[in-house]
Amino acid sequence: MPLILTEEQAMLRDSARDFLAGQAPVAQLRALRDRNDADGFSRALWAQFAEMGFTGALVPEALGGLGLGHVEAGVVMEQIGHQLTAAPLLASAIVAVTALRQGGSDAQQAAWLPRIAKAEAIATLAIDEGPKHRPQQLSTTARTDGAGWVLDGTKTLVLDGHVADLLIVAARLTDGQTGLFLVDPKAPGIQVERTVMVDAHNAARITLQGVRLAAEARLAKDNAAALEAALNAGRCAAAAELLGLADEVFDRTVAYIKERKQFGKIIGEFQALQHRASTLYCDLELTRAAVIKAQQALDADVAKAAAAVAIAKSRAGRTATTAVQEGVQMHGGMGMTDAFEIGFFMKRARVLQELWGDANFQLDALAKRRGY
Amino acid sequence: MSTVTDTAPELSAFRAETRAWLEANCPPEMRQPMTSEDDTCWGGRNFTFQSEAQRTWLNRMAERGWTVPTWPREYGGGGLSSLEAKVLQQEMRALNCRVPLASFGIWMLGPALLKFGNEAQKLEHLPKIARGEIRWCQGYSEPNAGSDLASLATRAEDKGDHFIVNGQKIWTSYANHADWIFCLVRTDASNKHNGISFVLFDMASPGVSTKPILLISGKSPFCETFFDNVRVDKRNLVGTLNRGWDVAKYLLQHEREMIGSIGDREAAKPMGQQAAETIGLDEQGRLADPLLRAQISEFEADEAAFRLTMERAGDLHRARQAHPAMSSMLKYYGAELNKRRWELMMAIYGLDALEWESDRSKHGDKARTWLRTKANSIEGGTSEVQLNIISKRILELPGA
Repeated sequence: MPLILTEEQAMLRDSARDFLAGQAPVAQLRALRDRNDADGFSRALWAQFAEMGFTGALVPEALGGLGLGHVEAGVVMEQIGHQLTAAPLLASAIVAVTALRQGGSDAQQAAWLPRIAKAEAIATLAIDEGPKHRPQQLSTTARTDGAGWVLDGTKTLVLDGHVADLLIVAARLTDGQTGLFLVDPKAPGIQVERTVMVDAHNAARITLQGVRLAAEARLAKDNAAALEAALNAGRCAAAAELLGLADEVFDRTVAYIKERKQFGKIIGEFQALQHRASTLYCDLELTRAAVIKAQQALDADVAKAAAAVAIAKSRAGRTATTAVQEGVQMHGGMGMTDAFEIGFFMKRARVLQELWGDANFQLDALAKRRGY
Repeated sequence: MSTVTDTAPELSAFRAETRAWLEANCPPEMRQPMTSEDDTCWGGRNFTFQSEAQRTWLNRMAERGWTVPTWPREYGGGGLSSLEAKVLQQEMRALNCRVPLASFGIWMLGPALLKFGNEAQKLEHLPKIARGEIRWCQGYSEPNAGSDLASLATRAEDKGDHFIVNGQKIWTSYANHADWIFCLVRTDASNKHNGISFVLFDMASPGVSTKPILLISGKSPFCETFFDNVRVDKRNLVGTLNRGWDVAKYLLQHEREMIGSIGDREAAKPMGQQAAETIGLDEQGRLADPLLRAQISEFEADEAAFRLTMERAGDLHRARQAHPAMSSMLKYYGAELNKRRWELMMAIYGLDALEWESDRSKHGDKARTWLRTKANSIEGGTSEVQLNIISKRILELPGA
């Protein structure tokens, strides 16, 4: 399959770009941050996401979605990266939807997917517990209790946790297996603390203390496979957002060094800056190829996409980190000011880099997979 | 890969036919990984085939036009569309078929002749390139014209129906084995870029001599080439007089893609696996050298991304969305990646890679290859020149 967008995908990209640039630019994120917005995102915009089909991209048509794939979802995520739009799309419409589709029974899917597609419900995965992403070492436990379950543990960096209608909680079963549980965040024993983050996007710490669940709260199909699929969908989407973010910072930086004058010269005339910009251009091109390949791999077979996703997420994390650092440096003192937008990109890149495994995590996984 | 599926039915029919033909016609010896540079088939008047299988494979592929699959049939090519050529390449990879013919004629001169040559030149030279009958070398760099190639000084004096060429070229790859040369010469001393012409001549012409240059690898792939009153017939001028720089630049793009593609060359065994077998694993199954493991893993991710970028460049080209200066990006990254590969290979094989002459070390194969790769970021335009081109032509930075 060609590693470029089809005509339809390019049209989706163009309409997403126009829509997001018009309705949800970086200024909107700044406004949400500055007024300590209670939701941390715009409900009006979220409803428009549903009208645009963004929230239903990965939901089958029979359940009210568009039945598209990860390339299309990634196209939207990439444009979100350009604008740093704060919205529960990544958490709900990509990660939670993938977990439900891969692990949910027909009834579980029918209960949630139509509502997620219409943006009537927000779902999110609760996986991480400590400073680093370690999905194989969960300390949250799920033990059986009669016909049902009891969950105990603490989750951190639960995206959009304080506005979620559904938590998908990953927990270790008594036999060491991983279980995924559909949990109502308002259930007794659950405490949700919104954590204000460096990137002004939503996250929460969630404590589960003796939370009792019915037997059917557990996802019906292979939970470990569903978790792996959901994480890889999330990593790939985060890589797309990182790519869009890095592209945006790069474009802004190149534009800036074409106008800023020092020593009576446009600073973009200096070879020291030209070569760094050109090196970064090459890195962006490599990451672009890796990201679209990972999206296509997820669409071809979600269970066989892990290596392609690890390559994409590691590349995207490293490329975006370089892009934002060069962006701030080349903007000089202006790049350090809060009034200037470049810092927002640096903060978001740090969060996305860490999300579901940073570049080191991905490279370690790649080495293990390849037997060394 | 055998798992490739085609959306167009005629393409999947072509794939099936191609695979059947390759299975029937590629000798088993030509389906083994190459063990050294000596296994490369360069063709030419004086080429000694390593084996009968090598000769057969070249002849069968040439007969089908598949040494140059996308060239028109009338010039010895296969007349394939770019998608069909991609299928052929994929199927050759899937069956481990060796490339039947390596050739500067194919990679560099051919594309330039197809674009700038007249009909007589195409008919004279292209079929011989396709069949591997004539081996070409490239007369570009001079002692005082390296990165600043357009300052070249080799003179071609106009003598009516012919030129007389005097001067010296350097870094002429395999000039001592080549039959003909494509050469940049100065035909107008008063105009730097618009005073250069692109000419072809036989290396057996009186007045041509070559002298191999011993490199740090202990090998001599490059020569100094001297021209002392060499007569060049005017029918061997390619394109317009004094406009040879346009031909040269076009050809360099193809050369850059070729050099860049060495970063795309898949080793017989993945690097991580070679490291595991050489250095061993710890109790957790990780390479028993954690810092090297991290470097290898990062390299393998970048290598995979580069291979995808090469593939994507082809896709962009077919969709007419490719930037013409993209070859500079591929050249830059491919060259740097290959240097990284061989620094890591030397670290993986450690003390065993240091021998220079023993049979055990295949006569210092690793050390010599490692040293050879240092030229990758110099030949065909240095990495710095590629970054300049990206700055100027893609990023449109001022003064670049």
